[in-house]
Amino acid sequence: MRRSVLPVVVVVLAILAIWYAAAVWMNAQWTRDQAARAGVQIGWSDIARDAMQQERPVLPVPHQVAAEFWRLTWVEEATGRRGIVQSGSLSNRGLVYHALATLSATALGFGFGAGFGILLAVGIVYNRAMDMSVMPWAIASQTIPIVAIAPMIIVVLNSVGISGLIPKAIIAAYLSFFPVAVGMVKGLRSPDGMQLDQLRTYNATAGQAFWKLRLPASMPYLFASLKVGVAASLVGTIVAELPLGGAGLGTRLLAGSYYGQTIQIWATLIAAALLASAMVGAVGLVQRVTLKRMGFSR
Amino acid sequence: MTTTAPPVIEAKGLNLVFQTADGPVHALKDVDLTIRKGDFVSFIGPSGCGKTTFLRCVAALETATGGTLTVNGMTPDEARRKRAYGYVFQAAGLYPWRTIAGNIRLPLEIMGFDRAEQNRRVERVLDLVELSGFGKKYPWQLSGGMQQRASIARALAFDADILLMDEPFGALDEIVRDRLNEEVLKLWAATGKTVGFVTHSIPEAVYLSTKIVVMSPRPGRITDVIDSPLPRERPLDIRDSREFIEIAHRVREGLRAGHVDD
Repeated sequence: MRRSVLPVVVVVLAILAIWYAAAVWMNAQWTRDQAARAGVQIGWSDIARDAMQQERPVLPVPHQVAAEFWRLTWVEEATGRRGIVQSGSLSNRGLVYHALATLSATALGFGFGAGFGILLAVGIVYNRAMDMSVMPWAIASQTIPIVAIAPMIIVVLNSVGISGLIPKAIIAAYLSFFPVAVGMVKGLRSPDGMQLDQLRTYNATAGQAFWKLRLPASMPYLFASLKVGVAASLVGTIVAELPLGGAGLGTRLLAGSYYGQTIQIWATLIAAALLASAMVGAVGLVQRVTLKRMGFSR
Repeated sequence: MTTTAPPVIEAKGLNLVFQTADGPVHALKDVDLTIRKGDFVSFIGPSGCGKTTFLRCVAALETATGGTLTVNGMTPDEARRKRAYGYVFQAAGLYPWRTIAGNIRLPLEIMGFDRAEQNRRVERVLDLVELSGFGKKYPWQLSGGMQQRASIARALAFDADILLMDEPFGALDEIVRDRLNEEVLKLWAATGKTVGFVTHSIPEAVYLSTKIVVMSPRPGRITDVIDSPLPRERPLDIRDSREFIEIAHRVREGLRAGHVDD
């Protein structure tokens, strides 16, 4: 753990340095235009200083994004009129409120998707007809751009009276079932011929082979694919939120882009990234505990 | 004494032809063999001679395409469903998510022994293979030789009369192998089981067996069956005795005879 700190710090510092340099370079044009319009001569230090404090920069600098993130989370909730301290409920201008909305839809969709993916995998492994027929469809489903199909699913569901969390969760499930199904098929098929022969010598039933060998053997594969799946779920939810309005990080991203609020967009992206790492981390934690309890070595 | 014991495994004119993309492969050709109760039979020969295939036929993991094969007077598949044998594979194949005791318990769970009986049997076979006290360890915490001993314990746990072993010590070094060979003999003496043992080590075959079946490939067939004159009680240094060397010589001759067509 301690040994990994230095490389991480170096990489983070490098990213920040590149980010600052890129921001100055990209925002410089606006500063130069302003100066030309005003008829003043400016030097590189003026450009650099101005590029880091524009209100709507092409690329905001990290400390602007950090300040905005802080303002939309802690400051908004602790001191804002709509914040939880003064109003008793989370502010709909703050990121926490929207992140929680996204989180609940993602979690629900991920639950659906993972469950469906596991069932599909069991079907594929145990049923020859499903083995031959399901995978091409599952692959085809993933080649359709989610941005194209998400609004359609939402419109269709809306017309039959389903709205709110469910449509978002369905898009999230749509993206997460696939990696889970693929990983789980591989996991359920991981026992080798010798292990299956051995169960035959015990005259074990197919059910016993599933519960005692295939399912436990698939666990490392399942968890690896659950991590991919949960991240895919979050992407699905955010894409589903774009056309929806209401609460959610996706809605905030779209609102930010309507009004050219680049700093707010970046702060929202940071919130989405934190949410994603928290969810992947949570799956990782369950993985560690489960596999350790099952006795898999490291 | 062994010649008067009742037959346990009987093969008559056994043939097995695999259909492959390159045409039919004659894995077993006209194999006749009788294994009697309490025998320790080794199958020796170069790879492709059908020694493993024969063992798999006995275990009903392969089905012969001609001839007859009976195990305990039944067809191999009936014997398998009656759990007539324990099978030890080349690799220990222990489940990494189960402790050693848990692994040995696996066949007992599948066969529906109650919990108290399971524990009693696990203790007993752990003791038999000298792994008492290792029940709570996980496979990765044990050496290769200990893992293979655990897998033998697993095959012994449900007390089948026949023990089939397919090159169980092939992946182990010579020193560990010697020790395990001694242990297998002790085990055989203590349990009185009928053992079928596949190997490609001449000293191993001669040291362990009451009957040595020498096989040769293409097609897989028996070239010699040697009834060992060695006593059942065998200290390790019996391998320096004149009789031992004579049998080993005969095995080597048999193997060479099978190779003339190469």
